[in-house]
Amino acid sequence: MKLMKPKRDVGIIGYGAYVPRFRIRAEEIARVWGGAEDGLPIEEKAVPGLDEDTVTMSIEAARNALARAGIDPQQLRALWVGSESHPYAVKPSSTIVADAIGAAGSILAGDWEFACKAGTEALQAAIGLVGSEMAEYAMAIGMDTAQGRPHDALEYTAGAGGAAYIVGPAENALAILEGSYSYVTDTPDFFRREHQHYPQHGNRFTGEPAYFDHTLRGAQGLLDELGYKPSDFAYAIFHQPNVKFPQTAAKKLGFKPEQIAPGLLTNKIGNTYSGAAMIGATAVLDIAKPGDRILMCSFGSGAGSDAFSFVVTEKIRERVAKAAKTMWYVSRREVIDYALYARYRGKLVMN
Amino acid sequence: MDLARNWRLKDQRFRLEGTVCAECGAKFFPPRQVCTECKSTNLTPHEFDGHGELYSFTTLRSAPMGYEDQLPYVVGMVKLDEGPIVEAQITDVNPDALKIGQRVEMVTRKLRAYGDDGVIVYGYKFRPVANGA
Ligand SMILES: [Zn+2]
Repeated sequence: MKLMKPKRDVGIIGYGAYVPRFRIRAEEIARVWGGAEDGLPIEEKAVPGLDEDTVTMSIEAARNALARAGIDPQQLRALWVGSESHPYAVKPSSTIVADAIGAAGSILAGDWEFACKAGTEALQAAIGLVGSEMAEYAMAIGMDTAQGRPHDALEYTAGAGGAAYIVGPAENALAILEGSYSYVTDTPDFFRREHQHYPQHGNRFTGEPAYFDHTLRGAQGLLDELGYKPSDFAYAIFHQPNVKFPQTAAKKLGFKPEQIAPGLLTNKIGNTYSGAAMIGATAVLDIAKPGDRILMCSFGSGAGSDAFSFVVTEKIRERVAKAAKTMWYVSRREVIDYALYARYRGKLVMN
Repeated sequence: MDLARNWRLKDQRFRLEGTVCAECGAKFFPPRQVCTECKSTNLTPHEFDGHGELYSFTTLRSAPMGYEDQLPYVVGMVKLDEGPIVEAQITDVNPDALKIGQRVEMVTRKLRAYGDDGVIVYGYKFRPVANGA
């Protein structure tokens, strides 16, 4: 038995998304650098404003999650932020977020790192904490303001955004967890050493042995353990570093394009790293109906994958409208040029 | 960089924590220890819900030291639904699109950073309400 499932049934009590409002179009990036090698991987990506970072974005997503959950923030016993763009090298983002939403005091708070799956790693831990009855409620956030080196292939896709989830007892859940499965190996496909501003990646190496191997094993592992086939799911969400990878992974597993379309946001907001699978799932929850089964499968370089199966309950009906929907954030957009983008992302040398 | 001063203000900055008069119900932000309405000293903390309307605003093109990074930016007076008027930055807007009386809501943003190696100060700003629910 490789399935992970707590003894006490748990689920998602509330969830919230956040995407900053600025967008840069891939064709604008191509204009500056004289075109992309393999065509444009997405249409446009989200860019944070000058007063935004992983902390402020997490705070708004967390407030949206709290509004949907309808719980007192003092009932949370853990608040964990998964990100590879924590504003401080030393000092937790999580304590700032916890204090800002009124959850500080009798609570665990810490930051998680595992490339793009830091958020779902935190979610697994939150499930364990609530599932073991150590806590009634715990919040897991996946949020990033990803940076790509100018002229690197990643510059086209490194976006900004993410989501927050509150885990609690199944009786109060809008989606009940059926089980999760995690798959991890040492694969050096993408990394950033201490004090380096931009990450390194293995180009073609990032595809087959990294993204596809771990994503397919993660998702298939969960399906096998639960005894489900792709047609048992209303929706599936995969980590989305671009548009093509999740589409290809879904096809290989046997999912249809319409099952993954509502949770595939990369084309409009870019790769939100730790936020990517998690915000894809908030977009799906916004439109899901009671009884819908949802697969969420993250991928993080380094490398690993976390896969979850949730079944939506009647409680979704009363909770969706209690906070701004994911697609509201996606459609709220102001297009900027490369010059403003360079300023907003701190790429100008000031001294 | 005055870590202690910034830290003491965090309840105000993060959650709009002011005070309410236990005798007459008057609400204050920033918090007061003596009620200006009835002179009572029986005040308790009160967290404002962060909704209000834009009372006035102006666009700044030069800023106090430490705030130059975000220029140009909008500073406004926001009349909270619960009474007090708060001065704050208005974010997520083009100044041309702002109107007096517009509904706004509190968000938490980066107020300033003390250089590349200093503390980052977070606190309230306001933006046009998110009608995304
Ligand atoms: Zn009074």
